[in-house]
Amino acid sequence: MHISEGILPFNWAAFWYVVTIPFVLLGMRKLQKAAKDDLSFKPLVGLITAVVFIISCMPIPVPTAGTCSHPCGTAISAILLTPFVSVVVASVALLIQALFLSHGGITTLGANIMSMGIMGSFTGYLVFKLLRSMNINLAISGFFAGLLADWATYLATSVELSLGIRGDSPFFPLFWKILLAFVPTQLPLGILEGAITSGMIILLYKKRPDLLIRMRVITVKEVEA
Amino acid sequence: MNRRKIIAFGSFLVLINCSMPLFAAGAEKWTGVDESVVEKYAKEHGREKRKSFIDTDQGDLLLFVFLLAGVLGGFTAGYNWKVLISEKPADSGMNRE
Repeated sequence: MHISEGILPFNWAAFWYVVTIPFVLLGMRKLQKAAKDDLSFKPLVGLITAVVFIISCMPIPVPTAGTCSHPCGTAISAILLTPFVSVVVASVALLIQALFLSHGGITTLGANIMSMGIMGSFTGYLVFKLLRSMNINLAISGFFAGLLADWATYLATSVELSLGIRGDSPFFPLFWKILLAFVPTQLPLGILEGAITSGMIILLYKKRPDLLIRMRVITVKEVEA
Repeated sequence: MNRRKIIAFGSFLVLINCSMPLFAAGAEKWTGVDESVVEKYAKEHGREKRKSFIDTDQGDLLLFVFLLAGVLGGFTAGYNWKVLISEKPADSGMNRE
C-alpha cells in the first residue's frame, strides 16, 4: 500500500498531510499521558512499533496472484494501544521506511499514514470492539479486526491513488480498476493478517492477561470465568 | 471456538494456500503490489515514481538496509517482549493506577 515518492501531485500530497497531522498530534498527546499512567505502556509501544515496522515492510509471496505484499499490523496495534496511539506507531514505521528503505515517500507520507495508520487502526479497533460487544470470543474478534483493517487500508489506498492520478477522467472507473487489482493479493493476505492479529492477542492473553485488562481489551471477569 | 475447530480452520487455510501454485503457474515474477498495482496505474496516468531523498535502492545497498532494519526491529521487539513477559504481574509495582 506504500504510495511511492512523487506519484501524488502536490495538492493531493499536501491535502493528506493536512488531514493526518491532527491525528498524529492527538496520538502523541495520548501516548505521553498513557506512558505516565502506566510504566508497562512504553515497552508495549516499543514492541508493537517494532512489529508494525517489520511486518509492514516484509514482502510475503502470495501464490494466488504471483505477487508479493505485506500485512500492516495496525489492527493489533490499535486494539492494544488505542487507535490514536496506533496512528503514531504507524507514522514512525512509515517515516523510517520512506527515509531508508525506499518504501513509500516523504511527499506521500501523509497519504500512507491516512491509509495504513488511520484507516487500518480505526477499522481494526472498531471491528474488534463491535464483535466483543456482541460477546464474540477474543480469537474470532481479533481475526476479523485484522482482516478488515488490512482490506480497509487497501481500500483507502485505492481512493487516494484514484483521486491523485485520475486527472480529468472520472473517479469511479479508475477506483474500481485499482481496487480489483489489489484483490488477488490482499484477499489471502488479509486472512493472514487476521490470523496474525488473532494469534498475538491469544498469546498475550495466555502470557499476560493482566496487561490486556490494563489496556481495556478484556475485563477481570473474563479472566476469572 | 475450541482447539479442534481452530486447527481445522488453520489446516484449511494452509491447504488452500498450498494448492494455489497450481493456479498461479503462469506468474512470471514476485513483484510487490506497490510496483505491480500502484506504480503501474500511476505510470499509465502520467505519474512516475521519483527516487527517494535518501536513495538506498542501489545494488545490494537496499538488501543491507533491509537486513539491518530486520535485525534492529527484531532486537527491539525481542527486548520489549522480554521486559513485558519477565515482569511479574502480581508484584511488579509498575502500574501506578
